[in-house]
Amino acid sequence: MIAHAIFFYTFSIIAVVSAIMVTASKNTVHSVFFLILDFISISCLFIMIGAEFLGMIMLIVYVGAVAVLFLFVVMMLNVAQQKNQWFAGQQSSKHIPVGLIISTLIFVEVIIVIGGWKYKPEIFDINNSIAQTSISNTHSLGQILYTDYIHVFQISGMILLVAMVGAIVLTFRQRSGVKRQSYIKQISRERAEGVEVLEVQSNKGVKIDD
Amino acid sequence: MEYLSIVFQEVYKILFLLVPVLVSVAMIVWLDRRVWAFVQKRQGPNVVGPFGLLQSLADALKYIFKEIIIPSSSNKVIFILAPIVTMTLALIAWAVIPFSATQVLADINVGILYLFAVSSLGVYGIIMGGWASNSKYPFLGAIRSAAQMVSYEVSIGVIIINVLLCVGSLNLNDIVIAQQNMWFVIPLFPMFVIFFISALAETNRPPFDLPEAEAELVAGYQTEYSGMMYAMFWLGEYANILLMCAMGAILFLGGWMSPIDVYPFTLVPGAIWLILKILLLFILFALVKAIVPRYRYDQLMRLGWKVFLPLSLIWVVLTSSYLFYFNLLPVN
Repeated sequence: MIAHAIFFYTFSIIAVVSAIMVTASKNTVHSVFFLILDFISISCLFIMIGAEFLGMIMLIVYVGAVAVLFLFVVMMLNVAQQKNQWFAGQQSSKHIPVGLIISTLIFVEVIIVIGGWKYKPEIFDINNSIAQTSISNTHSLGQILYTDYIHVFQISGMILLVAMVGAIVLTFRQRSGVKRQSYIKQISRERAEGVEVLEVQSNKGVKIDD
Repeated sequence: MEYLSIVFQEVYKILFLLVPVLVSVAMIVWLDRRVWAFVQKRQGPNVVGPFGLLQSLADALKYIFKEIIIPSSSNKVIFILAPIVTMTLALIAWAVIPFSATQVLADINVGILYLFAVSSLGVYGIIMGGWASNSKYPFLGAIRSAAQMVSYEVSIGVIIINVLLCVGSLNLNDIVIAQQNMWFVIPLFPMFVIFFISALAETNRPPFDLPEAEAELVAGYQTEYSGMMYAMFWLGEYANILLMCAMGAILFLGGWMSPIDVYPFTLVPGAIWLILKILLLFILFALVKAIVPRYRYDQLMRLGWKVFLPLSLIWVVLTSSYLFYFNLLPVN
């Protein structure tokens, strides 16, 4: 149990500190790296409470794909200077109320959820929870997701698909004057079209591209 | 005291796994160069030790004694972290590889997800190295590799789903045992081919070695690295290749299972079968390097997104409908 507690506090301290560093660090790329550290320590926490599937999916989806794209965008756009201006200028005061409102909302939500567990323990019965049963977290997720919650699951998938299609439609623009390479054309080129063997007469030369 | 003895036992087990892996990484570099040379009718490294077997050790010694140069304009912490990340990620994945029904360091029930997660984190070593070098060529290499590895991970993930549909478990040992009657390479052969090609792209092997394309980018993300840090990138890369081969062997070639289930073959320990299968896949990797020219970048992306992703998705639909229709879905 002591080892468990040590690991729990290590991961949670790393998670909290790196979450603070995400907003505090001056360099945007450093922020993203701290975000990745945050994701990793949170997935470790997930694994520690027995939600190994969630933890692994968190690693694969957030760290392996989403954060890579973040890094990609941040590095390409070079927003490092921009962020410095953001902090130095007077603009920052405009954003403080919005940030405060959002953080208060999230704080209240968390309080409601935790308070529900605390004062109405029967809402979340620890004895019937997944962690207590013999089957693994992955199995029970599969059994619940594809039976009881199949419609919700499918609808959330559809929402993601619509969002993806929407993002592509919004950002896609047909540019004119771009030479496109058709690989079928390139592969299907025959020798006869590309190469021509000519008998060259001396002192006459060859006429190319007429 | 009890804690300490458990810790020592685990450390002993980990060393027993890691030291052979590191030695075989060194050997595999030699094998790679030899196969490459034989295809081109050369001799390859054959001077140091018998058949040149100790060439990699000599190289490693050379790297150790070289000076480590850290560019003054680089981001020093991330610059030093990058090869460490590559190396660590390549090695921690070996924890879940089963060498026989009992010989596995951590027999976790989401083993294949762990392998997939660790291999998808591998891109960070390259991005960090490329960005922290603060130089044009490494940065271009890093950007290229980020796009490339993310694209090919998607198809590898879908291929893994194909295998999992036939197994019904995420545990690597269960995946191996499910292939008792027939290796998955037979019913899922197209997926095996796509997995092999995606693994080439995921590990930045030729013909997909665009992140380090010598002709255009000097050496891509490792241009600014020298000495032991360069060697760590290099070791991590080969450990990753071995890991991908092990993944292919477990998913499609029956892992530690003997190919023929008759008496003299079943006596051979599972670890040897697994190693032979990994070597087979690795020699294929090396042959591809020698035979195929480098892909153009747009064709690489096209292959990943427009060919492999739809194909493997269609195969998921096919596999699941076949299993459902003939009532073969693994339920436990």
